[in-house]
Amino acid sequence: MAVLALLEHDNGAIGDVATQVLSFGAAYAAAAGLPLHAVVIGPGGEAAAEPAGRFGVTTLHVAEHEGLVAYAPQAIARGVAELIGRLSPVAVIGAGSERGNEVFAHLGAITDLPFAANCIEAAPGEVAQVTRVRWGGSLLEEARVHGALKLLTLAPHSFEARPAAAAAQPAVERFTPVLSDVDLAVRVVERVQTQTGGGVSLASAKVVVSGGRGAGSAEGFAPIEELAGLLGGAVGCSRAVTIAGWRSHTDQVGQTGTKIAPEIYIACGISGATQHMAGCKGAKRILAVNTDPEVANTADFDYAVIGDLHQVLPAISAELRKAGLK
Amino acid sequence: MNILVCIKRVPVTGGRIVLRDDEQAIETRHLGFAISPHEECGVEEAVRLVEQNGGESTVLTLGPPEAEEQIRDAMAVGINRGILLETSEEWDAQATAAAIVAAVEEERAAGTEYDLIFFGNESADTGNYQVGIRVAHALGRPCVTGLKKIELVGGRARCEQEIDDQRDVYDVALPAVVTVKEGLNLPRYPSVPGRLRAKKKPIDRKTPNPRPAALERVRLKLPPGEDKPTEILGHGPEAAPAVVELLRQIGVI
Repeated sequence: MAVLALLEHDNGAIGDVATQVLSFGAAYAAAAGLPLHAVVIGPGGEAAAEPAGRFGVTTLHVAEHEGLVAYAPQAIARGVAELIGRLSPVAVIGAGSERGNEVFAHLGAITDLPFAANCIEAAPGEVAQVTRVRWGGSLLEEARVHGALKLLTLAPHSFEARPAAAAAQPAVERFTPVLSDVDLAVRVVERVQTQTGGGVSLASAKVVVSGGRGAGSAEGFAPIEELAGLLGGAVGCSRAVTIAGWRSHTDQVGQTGTKIAPEIYIACGISGATQHMAGCKGAKRILAVNTDPEVANTADFDYAVIGDLHQVLPAISAELRKAGLK
Repeated sequence: MNILVCIKRVPVTGGRIVLRDDEQAIETRHLGFAISPHEECGVEEAVRLVEQNGGESTVLTLGPPEAEEQIRDAMAVGINRGILLETSEEWDAQATAAAIVAAVEEERAAGTEYDLIFFGNESADTGNYQVGIRVAHALGRPCVTGLKKIELVGGRARCEQEIDDQRDVYDVALPAVVTVKEGLNLPRYPSVPGRLRAKKKPIDRKTPNPRPAALERVRLKLPPGEDKPTEILGHGPEAAPAVVELLRQIGVI
């Protein structure tokens, strides 16, 4: 018996989300009084042994198969299911990323067990108790997970990665899962670049200036674009703007748009609907520019300027030019 | 070509979520409802594919009797018929998938085989990320998720999924299940004649067999709020120097 962590990796290199999964898995394993194992699927996985050991993993299972070079969600799940059959873990824990949740949904279907996506807390037991995220983080759900094996993913950046007190040297066990053509029917056959227009990527921008319904029209984004340009930032928008056809969906910040994490988010003519705020929880600071003084009572906004963005933004841009920015 | 689109009725929450006293659901007395955003794009795509290729589109939802509104919304933009699986409360993902599989099998027995079944990548409210995949497994069909583009060529679907700033391409044979994301298309507004036609389109109402929730909701709660006041930097254009000072303090200029 064990707790099994499924790690996303790139040729054995694991990122922040995987170390969070390891820490979360280690806490769950400790509470259950069981060892923590980890599994990596795809080429180069054994290189994850060293970082996994730092988080207390005792055994690293490395699955390799010629069909697992390109991403193939059902095949990954089949490999994990095969390991589950041998290892009988009490829980499998993975990342609540798009891909992590996809693989776990396949695992849930293969094992006919419930799957709790995007947990932030979990307590083991015959019935596990979890707290999971709803509405893109605007609401939490306490739930009970039934079934002999618990399938849980961890909401990204909701648990601090903490290495174990003493690093272990995990045993490495290799296996080649048995995969059928059906398991491999859905796999990435090509990766294409998208045109970002040479601009700053919304997801990684240090400054994002967004407009909402208050921008008034597609042309109303001119002062927003000007300010974003001066600050070397990206332009965003709310869902209302996308639906109105003023901006492309690629600019949309929100639960069903892009999740951003800038140093400062300048939200202009945006009221702060939950759909929108779910996309900017990663922003360090939020400045609202709005004609409605009510924005000052919105908990998510750290700063506010009360006024029309069409007057306030040009004044900020002029001030920045005075300070020498171009 | 026969296309099924599975949708979910969700409240339009606005600025702040308020819970019912029993903590089992959102207080929706003062809220409107809509089709969950990703699925709205599934509806639009199904209508476009039938416009291009001929055939028929069906919309399915599992929810309360009032979910007829969302079925009519889908019909108003061109979906041909509806299936409403009536339930009195929220079901977990496994029970939902099982009910949808049973409905698809009944359709097959009645002579309708779906070439393509659309789902949203995840619902706006519960965000379980799994109903479409579970249905695909039960029906023995491939499932591609998170689509931002789909093209049908010679009995196959070429699907594009956004990953970071790139797109991953999948190529699967039909029949298939796909889950889509907002941004796949820009859904059209329903026209007045469309709304009128929708009222006359057929809806099959069924009562699916319940099963005990294996992921059992205990209670809902609001995340701990950061109880910090908003600092007003000023009013109108006169606030500009204070904003620039803030930008300087935090080191972005």
